[in-house]
Amino acid sequence: MRAVINKMSLKFESRSVNEAFARQAVGAFVAQLDPTMEELGDIKTIVSEAVTNAIVHGYADKTGFITVTVRLLEGRILEIKVKDTGRGIENVEQARQPMFTTGDDTRSGMGFTIMESFTDKLRVRSMPGKGTMVTMIKLLQERSA
Amino acid sequence: MLHITQAESDGVLTVSLSGELDHHAAREAIEQSEDLMALYPCEKLVLNLAGLTFMDSSGLAVVLHLHRTCARSGCDFVVRGTPPQPMRVFEAAGLPQVMIFERGE
Ligand SMILES: Nc1ncnc2c1ncn2[C@@H]1O[C@H](COP(=O)(O)OP(=O)(O)OP(=O)(O)O)[C@@H](O)[C@H]1O
Ligand SMILES: [Mg+2]
Repeated sequence: MRAVINKMSLKFESRSVNEAFARQAVGAFVAQLDPTMEELGDIKTIVSEAVTNAIVHGYADKTGFITVTVRLLEGRILEIKVKDTGRGIENVEQARQPMFTTGDDTRSGMGFTIMESFTDKLRVRSMPGKGTMVTMIKLLQERSA
Repeated sequence: MLHITQAESDGVLTVSLSGELDHHAAREAIEQSEDLMALYPCEKLVLNLAGLTFMDSSGLAVVLHLHRTCARSGCDFVVRGTPPQPMRVFEAAGLPQVMIFERGE
C-alpha cells in the first residue's frame, strides 16, 4: 500500500452548475503537485465526465448527493473517486463501450472512453438501484525543479 | 459560462464559442447554433472554438450535431482554432478522422 500524502473530499448536490465547481475544486487541490498544463486539463476533463454522468444518468429524474474524493499517494499518484447513490448501471461492460449511450441528443457515449484514455486505470463499480462509484488513477510526470 | 457569437459574409457563417462548454451549456449551444443556421442559410459553417477555456464530451455532441446538420443541408463544415484541452478530447473520441479541424483564429 502506498502512503497517502493528502486527501480531500467534496459533497454537493447533483445540479449542473456544480460540474464546473467540482472540476475547478479538484484542479485547485492537485495544483500542489505542480502538474503540467496537459495533466491539469486531463484531470478537469475526467472529473467533469464522471460528475456529469452522476448528474445526467445517476440522478436522471431527481436530485441527490455526489461525493468526489481525491487522494494524493506517494510517487505522484492521483486517485479520484466519484460516487453517486442513484440509478446504477445494469451492464457496466456495455456502458464502457465507445458510443454506447442511454442519454439524449446532448450525449455521444464517449465519456468512459475519454476517462479511460486520460487515466492509467479506470474502475467502475455499480449496482442497479444503489448507485455507482468510478475510481480513476492517474500517474503524474516527475517534475525536476 | 458559454458565450456564442456569429458573423456572416459571402455564404460563410462563423459561429464562435467562448468560455466553458460542458453539459450545463450544451443544450443552449446546440439550439442557438441550429437557430443561426436557419437564420443564415450558408454554403460553409465555421465553428470557431479559439475562445474555449474548457470542453468535455458535451462538446462532442455539439460538434457532431452541427456536422450532421451540415451534411444534411449540403453545407461545408470546419472546426477552427481548437485550443489544446478541447483538442485532446476530440482526439480521444477520434473526431479528426471524420471531420476537418483547422488552425487559426
Ligand atoms: N453514474 C451513472 N449512473 C447511471 N448510469 C451511468 C452512470 N455513468 C454512466 N452511466 C451509463 O453509461 C452510459 C455511458 O456513459 P458515457 O459517459 O460513456 O456516455 P454518455 O454519458 O452517455 O455520453 P457522453 O459522456 O459522451 O456525453 C450512459 O449513457 C449511462 O447509460
Ligand atoms: Mg458521460
